[in-house]
Amino acid sequence: MSEVAFSASEMMIVAAARELAGQRVCFVGVGLPNIAVNLARLTVAPDLELVYESGAFGAKPARLPLSIGDPCIVTGATAVVPMVELFAYYLQGGLVDVGFLGAAQIDRFGNINSTVIGPYQHPKTRLPGSGGACEIAINARQVFVIMRQSKRSFVEKIDFRTSPGNLGGAESAARTRREESWLGSGPSVVVTDMGIYHFDDAGEMRLDSIHPGVTLDQLRESMGWAPNTAEPLPVTPAPTAEELRLIREELDPDGAYAK
Amino acid sequence: MSKVASMRDAVAALIHDGDVVAIEGFTHLICFAAGHEIVRQRKRDLTLARLTPDLIYDQMVAAGAARKLVFSWLGNPGVGGLHAIRRRVENADPAPLELEEYSHFGMVGRYAAGASNLPFYPLRSYFESDLPKANPLIRPIRSPYGDETVYAVPPLKPDVTIVHAQRADAEGNAQMWGLLGCQKEAAFAADRVVVVVEELVDEAVIRADPNRTVIPGLIVDAVVVEPWGAHPSYVQGAYDRDNRFYLEWDAISRDAAATQAWLDEWVYGVAGRAEYMDKLGAERMAELRPSGSAPSGSVDYGVYE
Repeated sequence: MSEVAFSASEMMIVAAARELAGQRVCFVGVGLPNIAVNLARLTVAPDLELVYESGAFGAKPARLPLSIGDPCIVTGATAVVPMVELFAYYLQGGLVDVGFLGAAQIDRFGNINSTVIGPYQHPKTRLPGSGGACEIAINARQVFVIMRQSKRSFVEKIDFRTSPGNLGGAESAARTRREESWLGSGPSVVVTDMGIYHFDDAGEMRLDSIHPGVTLDQLRESMGWAPNTAEPLPVTPAPTAEELRLIREELDPDGAYAK
Repeated sequence: MSKVASMRDAVAALIHDGDVVAIEGFTHLICFAAGHEIVRQRKRDLTLARLTPDLIYDQMVAAGAARKLVFSWLGNPGVGGLHAIRRRVENADPAPLELEEYSHFGMVGRYAAGASNLPFYPLRSYFESDLPKANPLIRPIRSPYGDETVYAVPPLKPDVTIVHAQRADAEGNAQMWGLLGCQKEAAFAADRVVVVVEELVDEAVIRADPNRTVIPGLIVDAVVVEPWGAHPSYVQGAYDRDNRFYLEWDAISRDAAATQAWLDEWVYGVAGRAEYMDKLGAERMAELRPSGSAPSGSVDYGVYE
């Protein structure tokens, strides 16, 4: 197969889509999750049921929606329901296998901030906030995260915990989930523009794959802690020509996501 | 009894300074025409409730109509931030803005409790999140039937809820299709309800398809017929979301002077929605029409005499 040049964002989207192989019901967050999940539907997970918090179940968007409330997620969907029903019956009822979220900040245990940078009452940057992320993180069977990594986004301590991950570690998280009867088992994968992380027995992110063209030094300099790393560390297979074609021609012809 | 009114009269009669106002609709059916009329009539000190304040509340906040937001996701979907609101929150520029923040499920639960006349809505969210610390109205409660703890949110009962719909009859029986958001819950929770529609239809049209009636005229105070009243939001089957404007607003709203100039031109500078649409132009409107038709099959309700 001939090698086609690709961007770091394209690698991230492709790697995230591949992680959805074998999954059935996915709750799609706003932004990057939207394109990754739609790529998965066209490649590794043709039976994936897309749930949008705006109220669509089994969406089959004919174009990539800019927002998660676009008319294209309605036409041809399996069901369109009021939001209270979507959150109460579909999500809280336990029907969602994967909640796919973005984040502004994440810590080594997969706790997510999408609310503020700086103190809550006097934020340096006011971010959008939870949307459905908080209840998705608690009620989806597992959580996938897609985000660009940097020293500002991969931090030792997040400024605000919008959506809980593995709290202070696997043991405390398991106890809390049991005591509070959570349906979810928390974060299972984080895909960035530099690599793929899963969570180890301690509930901490472990670098399991590094994207082609990225050095381990570069990656370590782009985060606020020293990551546990799989040995040997595989290199993520590059995007195929078909994956790139789908992103560039069908899903994101304007380059809104993959730039 | 006909409740049909002009937007100007409906807003003047039903919305007062200091009210809690919900212009609902999740991405879909957001009634920008009502928001703009509220700005033109210079209503003040409003508490604006919406899951996603969206561009409409960014514009209303920029115009000085609001003192407080009640919300769950404060962004321009797929684009970025809401900059007029951010200026108020980050720099108190030109004045502070009070925030009361929930998650989406919390907000829809609040409307559901308001609509059902219940003192709270219980949900499995907020565990180990900092949101209950940021908003002490989100509180844990013990189940009366066991040891389980869940979280509760208080009812939200707007003074006025404004919803947009594809069609209604003169009494306000409103039918909509596509994403329903929490239009129904927000309307039933409110003291006063304004329904804004693309099309006024005969009562027989409503009665021919009663399953599609989301809001009964029983709770509606005014029906405003305002075609294209949701632009740059959209109406399923009628016109598309104007994503170009959502992208353009990002640049406009980053600059306080450009934001005021936009309000001068597109809100204060027009008498109402018809003039706004004239200004937008037939070409843009044609671009926003759906590229094809996708009618539902019809169902047979049967006659039982």
